[in-house]
Formats: sequence, C-alpha cells, structure tokens
Amino acid sequence: MASGQRHQQRVGDSPAVKYTLIGLTLVMTAVLLVVPLISIFQQAFVDGLAVYWDSLGDPDTLHAIGLTLFVALLTVPINLVFGVLLAWSVTRFEFPGRKLLMTLMDIPFAVSPVVAGLLYLLLYGNNGWIGAWLFEHDLQLMFAWPGIVMVTVFVTCPFVARELIPLMQQQGREDEEAAVILGASGWQLFCRVTLPNIKWALLYGVILTNARAVGEFGAVSVVSGNIRGETNTLPLHIQLLYEDYQATAAFASASLLAVIALITLIFKAFIEWRQERAHKAESTH
Amino acid sequence: MSTTLSVASAKPRHKRVLPGFGLSLGSSLFFISLILLLPMTGLVMQTSNMGWSEYWYVITDERVVASYKVTIWAAVIASVFNGLFGLLLAWVLVRYEFPGKRILDALVDLPFALPTAVAGITLATLYAENGWYGQLLAELGIKVAYTPLGIVVAMSFTSIPFVVRTVQPVLEELAPEEEEAGITLGASDWSVFRRIILPSLWPALVTGVALSFTRSLGEFGAVIFVAGNMPYISEITSLMIFVRLQEFDFPAASAIASVVLIASLILLFAINIWQARYLKRLHGR
Repeated sequence: MASGQRHQQRVGDSPAVKYTLIGLTLVMTAVLLVVPLISIFQQAFVDGLAVYWDSLGDPDTLHAIGLTLFVALLTVPINLVFGVLLAWSVTRFEFPGRKLLMTLMDIPFAVSPVVAGLLYLLLYGNNGWIGAWLFEHDLQLMFAWPGIVMVTVFVTCPFVARELIPLMQQQGREDEEAAVILGASGWQLFCRVTLPNIKWALLYGVILTNARAVGEFGAVSVVSGNIRGETNTLPLHIQLLYEDYQATAAFASASLLAVIALITLIFKAFIEWRQERAHKAESTH
Repeated sequence: MSTTLSVASAKPRHKRVLPGFGLSLGSSLFFISLILLLPMTGLVMQTSNMGWSEYWYVITDERVVASYKVTIWAAVIASVFNGLFGLLLAWVLVRYEFPGKRILDALVDLPFALPTAVAGITLATLYAENGWYGQLLAELGIKVAYTPLGIVVAMSFTSIPFVVRTVQPVLEELAPEEEEAGITLGASDWSVFRRIILPSLWPALVTGVALSFTRSLGEFGAVIFVAGNMPYISEITSLMIFVRLQEFDFPAASAIASVVLIASLILLFAINIWQARYLKRLHGR
C-alpha cells in the first residue's frame, strides 16, 4: 500500500552510508560468528578424516552420544506437551495472574544454569527433603540419568511456549470459536484448526528445544557426577576431552553439536521464507 | 477496561467459548510448580538453616565479592557492546536489501543454537596465544584468553541475538512519515536518526540490552573455558557456586546461589514490567 511513498528518501539511504553499514556488519559478523563456526570444523578435521572417525568411534564418546540422544528423547516430548498447554491457556483465555504465569515461564532464561542444577541437587540429593525419602527407598535420581533429564526439562521448558505464544496471539481465537459453534469437539478443534495453523512454529520450537537439550552444560554438570561412560553427556564429554589436552577429539564431538545447531538455523530460515511467501501470496490476492 | 478505545478491544467481550481452560491452565500450573517452584524450596530450606551472620559472612567473602565484580563488569561491557552491534545488525537487516541477507539473519541465532560448551572451547582456541585471533592480538599486546577480557568475549558471543530480536520488529513497524518529514525539512540523516528514530527504538533497545545483561550474568559454559578462572581475577560467580559444591560446602554454595537467584528474578520481573508498560504505551496511542 505504501508503494507510492517508497520513492521518498529515508534515513541511511545514501549509498555511502548504506554500503559502510552493510560492510561493517558483514565484517563484524564474520569475525564474531562465521570464523568461530568454521574453526570448529577446522579443528575437528585438523588431523584428517581418519582421526576424526576414530575419535567419534571411541566407546566413551559413543556412550555420551547415546546418553545425550536419550535425554533429548525424553525431554522434548515433555516440553512439547507443556508448551502447547501453556500457550493455549495464556492466549485463548483471560484470567488474573496471566502475566505472572508468563513471567514465571521465563525463569529458566534468567537463572544461571549452575543455580538451576543446584536447586535440583538440594531438593533431590540425599540431604534434600525429597531426596532423603528417595534414599530410604533406594531411589537415586541425582548423579544418574533421571537427574540429567530433570534439569534439562527445567532449562529447556520455555522454548516451545515462547515460539507459540506470539503466533497464537496474532492469529486470534475466531477460527477456533467458529469451529466450536459448528460443533467440533476439543480434540477435533485442536487437530483440525489449531494444529494446522501453528505446526511450523511448533516444529521450530521442538527443534530449538532439542538443540538446547543436547547442548545443556552448566545445569547438567552439577547433577551428573561426570562418570565417564555412565553419566557423561556429550557437552560434558567435550569438556573432559578438552581439559585432557585431546583438543582434536573434543572438537570432533563438538562438530556433531555444531551440525545440530546448523540444522536448527537452516530450519528457521526455511520457516521464515515460507511465511514471507505466504504473506506475499495473501497480499497479491 | 471495556471503554478504552483501541483496535484490539473494539470487538465485544467474549464469553468463554473455547474448551480446555481447566485442563490447560491446571496442567500448566502443576508443571510450573513441579519443575520451577518446588526445586526452590530446597534452596530456601538449606539457607534458612544458616544463621544470618554466617550467611552474610559467606556471601561477602573476599573471593566471592571479587567474583560479583568481575561478573557484573564483564556483563555490563558485553551487553553495551551487544546494544551497539545489535542495533547495527537490526538496522541493516530491516533497512537494506543485499545478497546473503537471509543467511545473515539466520546466523544471528547461532549463539542460541550452539551449545555453550562448544562456544567456550571454540573461543578459547581462537583467542589463545597460538590461535587465529590470539596471534594477531598478541602483536598488538592484547591478551584475551584466560583474562577478564575473555569473559567479556564469551558473554557477548552468547547474548548477541537478544538486542537484534527485540529491536528488529519495532524497526520494521516504524512509520516512515515523521522520518520523511524530517528529511524534507532539511535535517541531516544523523539528526533525524537521533531525534526521531532513536526515541522510538529506545524502549526495545533497553529491553534487549537488559535481557543480554541478565543472560550474561548467568552464563557459565562459554565463560569457564576462556576465563582462565583465576581466583580474584577472572572467576565468575556461577563458577564460585560450582567450586563451593566441589568442596561439598552445600551451605556456602546455596547462600551464593540465593544471591544470584534473587538478582536474576528481580531483573526478570523488572524487564517484564518495563516491557508491558512500553507495549501498552505503544499500542495505547
């Protein structure tokens, strides 16, 4: 609609300013983000492909990869269900304390992961009030995989809801209300109306949760106990290798996590590209 | 409330048509209580067992106070840097078209997707004396790795996306009229930017910087690999908690953690209140 105004001059339109700013941004991004990303792979392959495969084939590394995938496999579905329910309640209904609920949801973003790990250790460790009871019943959660799953759930719980809330707020509730009036049941409503509208954001939320879950370090290192071949997740294993002066092996493991990060970014770019296209298609009609 | 005139509230107040209010809110509250609030009871119990003077003694220990100072200063510098760099990135991404823009936009999120331990070993390797950046900086007599400067580098890396992602949407929605009027009246680009654009961006910029600061205060994984972790010089508070834990001094670890937790909760609530206020002002007009 504003195409007539586009010809007018806006701030920063002069070529000198424009190309200086773009150039500066590209140089800074290269220094701060691109070179570090490339150097992960450079370090991983510095001794050649054979060494790379060898260090990934190490039994402890394989175990760490397995444990990390296992933790993510448990964490992601829990936070997926919670994220959808939370987004549904805060975007579809008005109730007192709604804003407070959204602020509480942000706690894992604000709290240091070490503090998060400590909170769980104090409660479920042998000295905690729940932990003491568990100890009597021979249940060990801390320094074992359940503890790792619990803190990972804590650290990654906001991501799905965070992706869904702005989108569901923007879409409004009219479609869903119409479906209810036409007689749809709750489950039909979710599967046929809500889910198709939010599926891409939901998928991105899941992928982001997964990326954070496989990469969580601080909280996990407090509750894991770092037992090699038992409770070492991939990020902890990377630390162990790195501090053991096996930098190449550390970077080989790190490259796996970097690939997961790259897939996450590519997926996000893909979703945004789709949205833009859908937007353009809508406005030309 | 119902008499305020705004686009959003022009429609009549809805009755609750949609199903699932009890289910979604109930399970969200249950989940938040179980995952986020219950673990805090362990910390409260642990610290309340300490006397006030013992608590005070632990949290004002010389080495701990030094860690507060290092953490806060590094976070301040990192978030101010991110304020400037984030503003530049957001500006270039919104205002200009150039090849590779989509890749740049996706790359901004790299620090969110890349595990902090991976970022940590990568930055440590790059900035070490024999690393790509370390060699260049050594010629200028600057040491980054294993100094407080390394902490700043790690903190700014992990919190780059915050400012960009808060400023970008506001910049996109900025109406061009005032800006064009300013230019037509003969004001320079810089003075239009300073007097018209910057005041509109200011609230979003402050939010982004505050988020980046909060995140930096809690950053652990990326920092510990580059910091060198020298007591009194380059030891961050999160690490201090970790050190106390490894000494099995649970009361001291809990006391320091309570300070960090309270500080981050205050910051989180302040940011959310500030954000709600400026959003209201933005949409209220």
